[in-house]
Amino acid sequence: MRPVPTSASAVLRRLPLNTGALIVFALCVFPVYWMVLTALKPTADIQAETPVFLPTALTLEHFSAAVNADGFWSFWRNSLIVTAGCVLLALAVALGSAFAVARLRWKGRRGFVLMVFLAQVAPWEALLIPMYVIARDTGMLDRLATLTLVYFMITLPFTIVTLRGFLTAIPVELEEAAQVDGCTRTAAFRRVTFPLLAPGLLATSLFGFITAWNEFAFANMLIIKNQDDRTLPVWLSSFSNVFGTDWGATMAASTLFALPVLILFLVLQRRVAAGMTGGAVKG
Amino acid sequence: MAELIRGDAGFAGLENYQEILRDDEFWQVVRRTLGWTAVNVVLIMVIGTAVALMLQGLGRRMRTLVLSGLVLAWASPVIATTTVFQWLFSSRLGVVNWLLVRLGFDSFENYSWLAHGPAAFTVLVLLVVWQSVPFAAITLHSALTTVPTELFESARIDGAGGWRIFRSITLPVLGPVFGLVLSLEVIWVFRCFAQIWAVTKGGPGGATTTLPVYSYQVAQSLHRYDLGAAAATLTVLILVAALILYFRQMFRQEAEL
Repeated sequence: MRPVPTSASAVLRRLPLNTGALIVFALCVFPVYWMVLTALKPTADIQAETPVFLPTALTLEHFSAAVNADGFWSFWRNSLIVTAGCVLLALAVALGSAFAVARLRWKGRRGFVLMVFLAQVAPWEALLIPMYVIARDTGMLDRLATLTLVYFMITLPFTIVTLRGFLTAIPVELEEAAQVDGCTRTAAFRRVTFPLLAPGLLATSLFGFITAWNEFAFANMLIIKNQDDRTLPVWLSSFSNVFGTDWGATMAASTLFALPVLILFLVLQRRVAAGMTGGAVKG
Repeated sequence: MAELIRGDAGFAGLENYQEILRDDEFWQVVRRTLGWTAVNVVLIMVIGTAVALMLQGLGRRMRTLVLSGLVLAWASPVIATTTVFQWLFSSRLGVVNWLLVRLGFDSFENYSWLAHGPAAFTVLVLLVVWQSVPFAAITLHSALTTVPTELFESARIDGAGGWRIFRSITLPVLGPVFGLVLSLEVIWVFRCFAQIWAVTKGGPGGATTTLPVYSYQVAQSLHRYDLGAAAATLTVLILVAALILYFRQMFRQEAEL
């Protein structure tokens, strides 16, 4: 056993490590802090020669500039529709596939799992052009439904893998016991396994939500003519066309874009951690 | 292109690939992409591992603090933080320029990062590393926490020093997860598009044009969808090495299930 160090020497020994920790923390947090602070600072403070690092005078004028920008709410709504649609579709399909992979024995199961793994890391950016050509030739360009389908496709493999991880963690004996007690297979799944799967469903839908909410390349490629159908990331990436050099409004728009994801993360944090270890990335 | 619209395109065979492989610009882009991937991935893995190891040595409160910082950076949407970095590195009023001038580098007064090739490249590397380190650090850290502390204690009782413990326990435990994270990061960085497109569109003067950006430019701006798709296919082929590594790790983990 190590001798128990006296507190003074322990503090000294930990000093370099704790300094490093504080630096890492500051580097992680500063950009986000700066985004929120800039969004709340009066324009005079933003344009000060010496940056104002602490919130002194706060204003909401940048937020109102961002919200009142042309089409902000429709981009917000588009993002929400596409994201929600993709998450719900992926959950519905993935639940079935995960069940088939985790609970049933069938020929080609291994091959199916392999394919899903493959699709999980598929370089989607390489499919931009074929997707564009397909959408153009079938008259599906400039439509939110197309984007929803593409995002569904992108998030599905991950959702299956993660849900499968959660499903295998639930003992099959529970279902069997329910069946012995007279439940049908479907009822056993619905009444016993499904409630236990809730954290898994939450974690996977969070990941799906983040992927779709953030997606840029396809939204940029597939929505071209009908600018009203753009999603938030594409709109935000062209902030200089919208706000010029008005960094306050730009940061307010970024904050409004980041907010839903950050709130979801905060609310579901514990479950996300469980999802990380129990699902896709097994430690 | 006209054939593609009429829908009676002939089969081009390998012509598009020949055309693109003969193009000097393509090879330049390939070299740049490999360099881009190497720089980013090495930085991400080194910093990620260092942070994960650091987290192990921290007290409980400090660890929670750093972990929540990492989660915050990780959870922030890519396009939002990309926009923030453009503001941080903005030539007028940007915090980075202000800081560098304060530190005595007067040449950074109103320095325009995005107008110079290497500087724009640096900004993008910092951005992508900042966005990717949290995932690597958190995953490696959670792999480390699966090691029972008794293992470290018994090694210490057996007289193993810090370095020996690191080599004989930490590294073997970290190995498989390290491989997994490494291959994922290679894939993500290699095919990274949104950040580059949003910040520089491949400029200035093509200094930040990597393969995904290149194939997009060829397809969208030059309307050569055939060549763009050929470039995209070659991108995937180059990635196969990383994908194989990923699969080997994934299958090893599968076997354990």
